[in-house]
Amino acid sequence: MRKPGKKKLIEFYTWMTKIRKTEEKLMEVFSNGEILGFLHVSIGQEAAPVGICAHLSDLDYIATTHRGHGHAIAKGIDLKYAMAELFGKKEGFCMGRSGSMHLADKKHGVMGANGIVGGGIPIATGAAFAARYQKTDQVAVATFGEGATGEGAFHEALNFAAIKKLPIVYVCENNGWAEFSPQSIHMPIKDVISRATAYNMPAVQVSNDVLEIYEAAGKAIERARMGGGPTLLEIKCDRWYGHYVGDAQKYRGKEAVEKAMGKDCLLNFEATLLADKVLQKKDIEKIGVQVQSEIDEAVDFARECPFPDPSEMMNGLYI
Amino acid sequence: MKDIRYIFAIKEAMEEEMERDENVFLIGEDVGIAGGSFGASRGLYDKFGPERVVDTPISELGFTSIAAGAASCGLRPIVEIMFMDFVTCCMDSIVNQIAKMRYMFGNQYSVPIVVRMPEGGGLNAGPQHSQCLEAWFAHVPGLKVVMASTPYDVKGLLKSSIRDDNPVIFIENKTLHAMKGSIPEEDFTIPLGKADIKREGSDVTIVTASRMVHESLKAADVLAEEGISVEVIDLMTIQPWDRETVFNSIGKTHRLVTAHEAVKQFGFGAEISAVVAEEMLDELDAPIVRVGAPFVPASYSLEKFYVPGADDVKNAVRKTMERSF
Repeated sequence: MRKPGKKKLIEFYTWMTKIRKTEEKLMEVFSNGEILGFLHVSIGQEAAPVGICAHLSDLDYIATTHRGHGHAIAKGIDLKYAMAELFGKKEGFCMGRSGSMHLADKKHGVMGANGIVGGGIPIATGAAFAARYQKTDQVAVATFGEGATGEGAFHEALNFAAIKKLPIVYVCENNGWAEFSPQSIHMPIKDVISRATAYNMPAVQVSNDVLEIYEAAGKAIERARMGGGPTLLEIKCDRWYGHYVGDAQKYRGKEAVEKAMGKDCLLNFEATLLADKVLQKKDIEKIGVQVQSEIDEAVDFARECPFPDPSEMMNGLYI
Repeated sequence: MKDIRYIFAIKEAMEEEMERDENVFLIGEDVGIAGGSFGASRGLYDKFGPERVVDTPISELGFTSIAAGAASCGLRPIVEIMFMDFVTCCMDSIVNQIAKMRYMFGNQYSVPIVVRMPEGGGLNAGPQHSQCLEAWFAHVPGLKVVMASTPYDVKGLLKSSIRDDNPVIFIENKTLHAMKGSIPEEDFTIPLGKADIKREGSDVTIVTASRMVHESLKAADVLAEEGISVEVIDLMTIQPWDRETVFNSIGKTHRLVTAHEAVKQFGFGAEISAVVAEEMLDELDAPIVRVGAPFVPASYSLEKFYVPGADDVKNAVRKTMERSF
């Protein structure tokens, strides 16, 4: 596979910045009380969605998790309507019915974030089944955390996909925390990739580096597209904030949180791009301003949209 | 017309719909090479091949959600759950995912899926192979729940369910699998959401479904000799159920008995009774009586005492005839 050129690298950086700044903005408006329910942000984990979705077209599928804003953004979701959904507004992709935890955009192949840990893994597998059935070259991606690998849904989906050689890539973002429990409490093994052995499935582990992820995901997606079957890809990363916004992480310790925040995939990538003279300081600032204005516009749009009318609640339960 | 067994009527419905629409496929444990645990898909694997008659691992949650994912990408899966009891392994798939996908995602995705399963006693198979859990699914917004009592009904209702764009929980009954009945040679369907009056009568309305339709008809024969005229309504679709047919019947008989094989407590009979009480209590001449299994797990050795039958229905009808407001 060709190494990404300058244009691609700048794209990666822009996408990662967009995810980071969107999540930061969401934390702000959530604290204001403008967003209801729960909010799970992916700050510190921006490399994975960008490295993976760079290989996917709108026709390819992705099923994501409750920490899924990054994947939807990297898959190309229109930020204005995504933001309207997060604000619970009628113009949102899901008519204000889903919010953050079920954000979906069929046009871009986003099959939905999922409020059930591991719930999207077999659903993405079903999309891969459909691609095979319909004889297309579409590929499906399921993303999840290492906590989801304790669920039956994970094992049942991988078993099925391996037997049927389905075109899917299973992407585990292992951030070391299943809600409030560290990996040592819920996994008897160090690496999620070990689980692939039971399904005779190739598995690759990479660090939280967008270029490493891009390369590994590229091979796995190409393999799936060519009929070679599924791959399990594990990305070792860190969760900066708590399980949800507002989680004080008392179970974790301040030092551990600071250490996690010290490993910043966006800042590291920025340093590489500066060192390699792909970008200069002023380019970085320009990208930041552009991205921020797009996000602010989306928030303004969402704020102005109306909430769904209560009279519409019963619409569309059955067709 | 031709005579056919219930189980083969199921096979014919699936076969004809698979011929009619290439997006229809069957998935489940032993449905392919083995032809289905109860023989519902015999011959389909040879006819349609492994791509459309898909054998799976013993993995109900996995393959049901996989079918849901496939349905949301344009296919029309028929999922076979070997025994209804096993559907409890895929409650996340059905309750959290399938039932909610279209509504929750603002109508972006449709999930045209049929999840078929046989319920009930009759095999002395004990507590984990005999349950009737239709009320669980009727309680979840977004699902349709269908129960078929005859070969004609099972074929017509299954074909409609496969063509329906909503998720359908399609409940068969193990004791009915061998039942013979007459069906047309040509293509036919039965609309979902419509009940069928299996016997007309004027004194008491029995609202029932599946195997208990036959027990109610047996009871009605005996009661007729006693001078009690019973109307037997086969709901066929439990959710959404046909209020009009039920209300019209009660408007005529002014007495209601509900009968299902599931345990009485919180069964669909409770919902029918509650709605009738809400909407037309003033039309009733006597308290409603419900028939259902006792509130314990299905019994292995005492199954014939556990499963409700014609005698229970007769007693219920007599009870409501003896009383009046």
